[in-house]
Parts: sequence; C-alpha cells; structure tokens
Amino acid sequence: MIGIIDYGMGNLRSLENALKYLGKECVISSDPEVLTSCERLILPGVGAFGDCMKNLKDRKLDVMVREYVEKGGKILGICLGMQMLFESSEEKGFTEGFGFLKGKVIRLQTDLPVPEIGWNELEWNQEHPLKGILSEHAHAYYVHSYYAAQTDPDDLIICSLYGDIRVAGLVARANVAGCQFHPEKSGEDGLKILKYYMEEF
Amino acid sequence: MIKKRIIPCLDVRDGKVVKGINFVGLKEVGDPVELAERYYRQSADELVFLDITATHEHRDTMVHIVEKVAEKIFMPFTVGGGIRTTEDIRRILRAGADKVSLNSAAVRNPDILNEGASMFGDQCIVLAVDGRMRSDGSGWNVVINGGRIDTGLDAVEWIREGVSRGAGEILLTSMDADGTKQGFDIPFLKAVRQAVNVPVIASGGCGSLEHFREVFAEDAADAALAASLFHYNELTVTDVKEYLQKEGIPVRL
Repeated sequence: MIGIIDYGMGNLRSLENALKYLGKECVISSDPEVLTSCERLILPGVGAFGDCMKNLKDRKLDVMVREYVEKGGKILGICLGMQMLFESSEEKGFTEGFGFLKGKVIRLQTDLPVPEIGWNELEWNQEHPLKGILSEHAHAYYVHSYYAAQTDPDDLIICSLYGDIRVAGLVARANVAGCQFHPEKSGEDGLKILKYYMEEF
Repeated sequence: MIKKRIIPCLDVRDGKVVKGINFVGLKEVGDPVELAERYYRQSADELVFLDITATHEHRDTMVHIVEKVAEKIFMPFTVGGGIRTTEDIRRILRAGADKVSLNSAAVRNPDILNEGASMFGDQCIVLAVDGRMRSDGSGWNVVINGGRIDTGLDAVEWIREGVSRGAGEILLTSMDADGTKQGFDIPFLKAVRQAVNVPVIASGGCGSLEHFREVFAEDAADAALAASLFHYNELTVTDVKEYLQKEGIPVRL
C-alpha cells in the first residue's frame, strides 16, 4: 500500500488517479498510524513552503515522516513536497525543512517569467536506470517559483535549465527521493518515473 | 529548456463542448472527455475548459467532467467559468483540475485573487482577461459577460493589480481578434508582457500555423490557446508543434 500524505495541501486526486492507472493501491490519509504502516509514502505539496511545514506540524505528521524515514521507509516528495526534503527555504522568510537532503530552496532569479510554468526537457546529471526507461527527449511539467540549490551532486539525477539556472528536477539519496516537476501531470514519461519510484526504488 | 505551450481550449455548455464566434452562434462539437483524450494523445501541453453553462444547477456537470478528465489524462488542465468563491475553487481543484481561471468574478471581487492564491497557491490562480481596444486607440479596456459589458478598467493596469494580488498566470483574450482568424493580438500581448513577469497565454484570433509561429517568434507569449482550429480537425496539435519545431520555436514533441 502506498500512502499519500494528506495535510490539506495540493491536488491529491490527480496523484491518486495516476497511481490507480499504474495499478497501485493507495490511501490518502492524515492519520500517522495509517501512514506508518504503508510500504511507501508520497509527500505532495503546493502553495507556500512555510504553510506546508506548519500544516504538517499541526497534524503531527512532521514527526511521523521523520521517524518513517529514519527507520528506512521510502518516501517520494513531489513539487513542494520535494522542496521540504531539503534543509531550508527562503520563501516568505526562512523556514526549516526536514534536512534529509543537502540543499537550500531559493527563489528563481531570472528575466524569464516566474513562476516557471510548463514543460521542460530533462537532462541527466548522472547515469541512472531511468535513462533506459524514459523516451529520448523526455520532458516534465514544472510549476514553481523556488528551487533547490546547493544540492549534493551525487543526489542530483535530473535537472532542467530555466534560462541559465540549473533546476534540480529529480533527486534521490538512499530511501529519500524527490521531484520538482509533477510526474502525475507529465504524460507517459511522468508515469514511468512515478512507476519506477513506486517499484524499483 | 522550457518549451512554448500549445493549449486547446474547450468551451463547455451543459456537458458538451461548443464553439461560436465572438461568443454567439454556438455549435456543439463533441464530448469534453473524448476531446481531452484526443488532445492528450496529440501531446497538447495543457487544456483549458471554460464552463459557459448559464444556470447554476448545471455546475455539478462541470465537476463530474473534471473528475472524468482527471482519470483519463495525465497532463495539466485549467477550469474557468462560473467560479465565484474560494469554495468553488476548492471543488474544482479537488475534482482534479490543476488551475482555475477567474475572469469577471475577479473584476467584481478582486479579493478572490488574494484569497485563492493564499489558500491554494499562486500557481493555480489564472487571471483571465478579455480586452478590447478603446475607440480612441489609447489602450485596452477590460470587458466582461462575453464582451457585452465594458468595465472601463484599463486592461494592463488591471493585470498588474491582479498579479500583485496573487495571480500566477495570465490568460489574455483579445476581443478584437477573437473569431477573426487574422492572428493573435501582438501589441496587446506585448503591452501585458512588459507590465508583468508571470507567464502569459495568448488567446483569440489564431487561424493558421503562421499565427502560432508569429506570437512566439515575437516573444509575445509563453503559450498559445486555440479552440475551433483543433476541434474541427483543421489542424492537430501535433501539426502545429512539428511546424513550430521546423521554424525554430522550442516545443515539446
């Protein structure tokens, strides 16, 4: 069973639909007991970083997530859920993240429109099994105004260029993975990435 | 790099996709879920559904359509029309839409932009603006109710305010160009683009492949929206993207 962490943020329906399409059983829950018993967790998120962390804390889900990950549980963060895996964010003031991954979330500084909204090409930062699974010029759908900087190069699997900014697209270390883009909204390649992290990872 | 987006727009009335010129003379063109799946296969980058149902009791129809679409296609889509409160926004997003577009409701109650953005995030609040050039040619005014009411508001100023209130994207329709098939309204788009730094979707006037190329080559928009061209199979989304790629415009194929 895959647990989708429900803390009042995000379009969980689309994620649930994508998992169903992939034949995965999943539960949307804010109950720490239910979530702890899941084989894998997905941490979604939209809105502002600080609000997301606060909503998690209000539901005591921050403690649950930390314990789950420390015990080796597999977690995939999506969009803001991915950003929360890092040390901190500067969105609307300074907020601490989980710190599972090295890096700080900062604002996109560019002449291009912010937020970045749209399909960006995926570029490989390292050799990875997904490379043989995705199509040659795979793209994914991004919607964000902040991005993870100063990440550990070993964690960075895929990035996308926005102007001259290298946006961390897909990151993973041990049992923790995250994608800035929305795999559930990124067509066939997005579904393949989601499937990979629900099976192989 | 980020790619320019091609967005088919589906006007939905009483559960069916319809199309008319300048919002009159509507004709049924198909089932919204079937059309959405067709565009998904043609690698459309997003979809926009505009609910033009006149009566309140048919609103549930739109929610059901959103639910069905979200089960079948794994790409982003926006829903607009008839959204007046944050509760309306919540219902549509919970049904599986990624963004909502607010048009006349935002003109009547601008606070909905602030409330919507703070509750659901800037990224899911699209400010849709229909504009028409003032008779003296000095700029564009915001029009509502399908162009029947001139609000007297300057469109560029309104968009600037809308973005400061939290709109994350602009869907700009030129009522002068809409239905003419003479091309997008480049001067209007450029005026908006200079005023704000959020992505702009161009709408109204597209009648040929060349019009898509022009709006992107002029850097007047991040995305282009079209309806009847696609519904009547005059062009497929794939045709447009293959053409644009040949012309050196970055697209996802």
